[in-house]
Amino acid sequence: MSPLTYIIGWPLCAAVFLLLVPRTFRPVVRAVAILATSISALLALKLFLQFNAGRLGYQFEQQVLWVTSLGISYHVGVDGINVGLILMGAFVAFAAACVSWEIKEREKEFYILLLVMTGGILGAFASLDLFFFYFFHELALVPTFIMIGVWGRGEQKNYATFQITLYLSIGALLALVGLIALYLQAGAGTFDIPKLAEYLRSPEHRLSASAQNFIFPLLLFGFGILVSLWPFHTWAPLGYGSAPTATAMLHAGVLKKFGAYGLIRIALPLLPDAARDWMPIVAWLCLGNLLYCGWVAMRQKDFNRMIGYSSVAHMGFIFLGIASLNLIGVTGAVLVMIAHGFLAALTFGLSGYLYQQTGTLEMDRLGGLLRRLPFIGAALMMAAFAGCGLPGFANFAGEITVFFGAWKAFRLVTILACWGALIIGAVYMLRAVRAMLHGPLPEQWAKVADAPHLWRKAPFLLLLASLLVFGCFPKLLTDKIEPSVSEKVLVNAATARADGSSRRKEALTASVVAKDMSLLTSAATEKGGSLNR
Amino acid sequence: MNLSLLSHELLVLALGLGLLLVDLWLPVPAKRKLGYVAAAGVGLILLYSLFCVQLPASSPVQYAFGQMYALDGLALFFKRFFLLAALIVLLMSVEFADRIASGIAEFYALMLFALSGMLFASSANDFALLFVSLELITVTFYVLTSFQRARVTSLEAGVKYLIIGALSTAFTVYGIALVYGISHTLNFGLLSGVAAQYGDNKIFLFGLALVLVGLGFKIAAFPFQIWAPDVYQGAPTPVTAFLAIGSKAAGFALLLRVLFIAVPDITARWSNLLIIISGVSILYGNLCAIPQRNLKRLLGYSSIAHAGYLLLGVAALSAAGRSAVLYYLSGYLFTVLSAFTVICLALRGVEGEDVGGLAGLHRRSPLLAATMTLAMASLAGIPPLAGFFGKFLLLKAVVEQGPTHPGYYCLTFTALAGVVISLYYYFGVVRAMYWPGEAADLSPIVVSKPIRLTLYGCIGGMLYLGLFPNGLLEAANQAVKLLR
Repeated sequence: MSPLTYIIGWPLCAAVFLLLVPRTFRPVVRAVAILATSISALLALKLFLQFNAGRLGYQFEQQVLWVTSLGISYHVGVDGINVGLILMGAFVAFAAACVSWEIKEREKEFYILLLVMTGGILGAFASLDLFFFYFFHELALVPTFIMIGVWGRGEQKNYATFQITLYLSIGALLALVGLIALYLQAGAGTFDIPKLAEYLRSPEHRLSASAQNFIFPLLLFGFGILVSLWPFHTWAPLGYGSAPTATAMLHAGVLKKFGAYGLIRIALPLLPDAARDWMPIVAWLCLGNLLYCGWVAMRQKDFNRMIGYSSVAHMGFIFLGIASLNLIGVTGAVLVMIAHGFLAALTFGLSGYLYQQTGTLEMDRLGGLLRRLPFIGAALMMAAFAGCGLPGFANFAGEITVFFGAWKAFRLVTILACWGALIIGAVYMLRAVRAMLHGPLPEQWAKVADAPHLWRKAPFLLLLASLLVFGCFPKLLTDKIEPSVSEKVLVNAATARADGSSRRKEALTASVVAKDMSLLTSAATEKGGSLNR
Repeated sequence: MNLSLLSHELLVLALGLGLLLVDLWLPVPAKRKLGYVAAAGVGLILLYSLFCVQLPASSPVQYAFGQMYALDGLALFFKRFFLLAALIVLLMSVEFADRIASGIAEFYALMLFALSGMLFASSANDFALLFVSLELITVTFYVLTSFQRARVTSLEAGVKYLIIGALSTAFTVYGIALVYGISHTLNFGLLSGVAAQYGDNKIFLFGLALVLVGLGFKIAAFPFQIWAPDVYQGAPTPVTAFLAIGSKAAGFALLLRVLFIAVPDITARWSNLLIIISGVSILYGNLCAIPQRNLKRLLGYSSIAHAGYLLLGVAALSAAGRSAVLYYLSGYLFTVLSAFTVICLALRGVEGEDVGGLAGLHRRSPLLAATMTLAMASLAGIPPLAGFFGKFLLLKAVVEQGPTHPGYYCLTFTALAGVVISLYYYFGVVRAMYWPGEAADLSPIVVSKPIRLTLYGCIGGMLYLGLFPNGLLEAANQAVKLLR
């Protein structure tokens, strides 16, 4: 059995086990949840370390036939693109289980849902089968709604639940129709992603332009809603503002990336022609995320809302990287996905801690908290710096790579995006730090207490350490991501470009295109290398 | 003639008649237990069907009564389906028995007669048998619906069902007369040979349309759904459950036979009609369910929506669509029956079966609360439950036809809209159970052993069909092989 099956299976088995534990055994419930997520995290770390970046294809594969007549199989495996995401997901899940001590009522149900969500998330990223890809995502999504509805906070809890359920269900169902249409149009009789990619790569099975242009928007907007692509982002800030800490960490950090991952894993390689046609639109939409949502974030008075908007704004980088459709850009997008996962989990975890202590996140009412909270405050400050893209944190590596990639494709958009990233991000993050951590300490917060012992600090330390490790050594990730992106994601895009140019009757021979591509690749590796150095 | 072909029906009839006879000598307090006898009998017949009845590979269809009665894969699939449904409903009825003032043995026997009607319906290969079996089901349900004579709502439901049912019967019989008048045959096999040449005959088409009206009434599809909410609300809960699954499935069995065995050539031209009926049923059922407070009424509207979902598979006019219908119905069986079992136990004595009566159910009986949650999640189509895979199959079948007709894409998006709307009220039910609310009554609910087993079976069924769909899907694919 593949280690991936264990990584997915432990949380799910623990959830089933918790069903049998009486609800009065509170420490047992919590211990089981933490134990299961920590086993998953350790296994994911082991998987990450054992991953062989030099090998093509998928590793740690396992395939079990599930429905013969439809060609659905349980197929898991990793390549450079999802190995980092699984590591990130497992770490965040562990951290989320650790910070859930704030849940005081119906703990058993909460941890069961948390574990189901964890298993679903990890399964979605590990699946190499269209059906299970969707299945696991939905398995993770539904607990999110319930957790926000039952354990959420604030006056707008019910409205937030309603809105997030509506938006995300619509997004997921649109994507489902897209995936079914893709399966049917391909006509290969299989839901297996590697097989479909193989099948559609051959010229005679290539999907027609009209089919691609029908399916691609379904996937783009379906997945786009899930990743809060502007203008479908309104569910995110409110939803995260009302969610319990662990849910916000897991959703903003990991589950949300599912949409972007779906675009990279499915939409780009299988629908290369349509991808090329739609990407300029995506590039302009991502400015909505970067500039508009950044702008809105600056005006927020509630810290949770602000980081909600900031997390929406950061999605713009991912979309910009994907839109550039070149090796550097897409690699950067994957890097941002991983980096932002750690960052979002960290910020939501810290804001959850603050909320527990103070009962409010209104930035006007807070202040001077660094004196009372040396550890939490320092961690929050570091998170804010990472959010502005300070070198040394993983976000910087990802964002700069995205800009390098996007510069080739969309110069104007990149210039505007830099503005959003550097200035706007810095303004709202630093403002928040000043308002909450510096200045005089209002009397009412004189009793606020810092994280008392290592056990409370552990989740934050783990996330910060990951941000720093991958920030200082992005090579750990890029070495794995790059070969997979060029092998799986962009291989069809290259031929699409060749087709497209011949259609436009440009005097480009295949050899020139090939040369062009090889130049691009070598430039990419060079730049990636210099980055890593 | 080979009487062994009718073994299911004969056994069930014998069981029902035997029950009536035994009733004469039994003391009153023991009569309630007769339900267990009936359930055990049905269970034995189901086992017999599963292990002893097999269609020889050489002749996949066997006929009786001069081709009036056909035993094929589809018939066998539905017969087992109905037997399982009746088994669960009978166990539920025993639980309900103390709320029925008198005549409990007749109650069980009538259920068995309705079951035999359904068994005949699954084999109908002739308009005459179609009509007779429909009547056998409907007439017994007239009585069953109004069985709680002391309750006004039950009587009202019975009267409504009687009037609208009689009307639809009249339509059906008129339609059959017109079809016979033009084509001079009632047999589906013969009809399929000649139907194509009457494709432009308005009277023939009118007749067929009237038959569809009658079947639309059985499955509660728009615009023949008007009776469903009232009858679901008023009828005794086990009857509602049997109506929701047995009667609906019988309607679909007949619909599949008429559309795809008797007149496949004409059906192929009716895709527009089917698409519209399906889409409107989905929207109507889901939208009307939103404001409902009475749980049985809510499930009545939801059953209209589910008729719409099931019609997706019929409207797709493909083998994949038809096997999806069978799959979805199977998942629906476990889901709906577990929901009604919970209602039967948990809402005892709650005025108007208000959703609020579920408050605190997770404290009164965790098993019932968990079952209801899973049932609602399965109805909403959430993995890993049966409803999810069923909806996936139906959607796939419809999207598959998209390139032939743009209406299918519209239908797909209508269905998706319906799914999203339905999340609201299904979660509303779950919310009513778990949300911190004022629970008037927190006394624990005693769940008897047979019901406990039934619920475990239903939960197992929902999960099994959601997690391991391969076996049943293969069976469904086999069952629809002979349909065109």
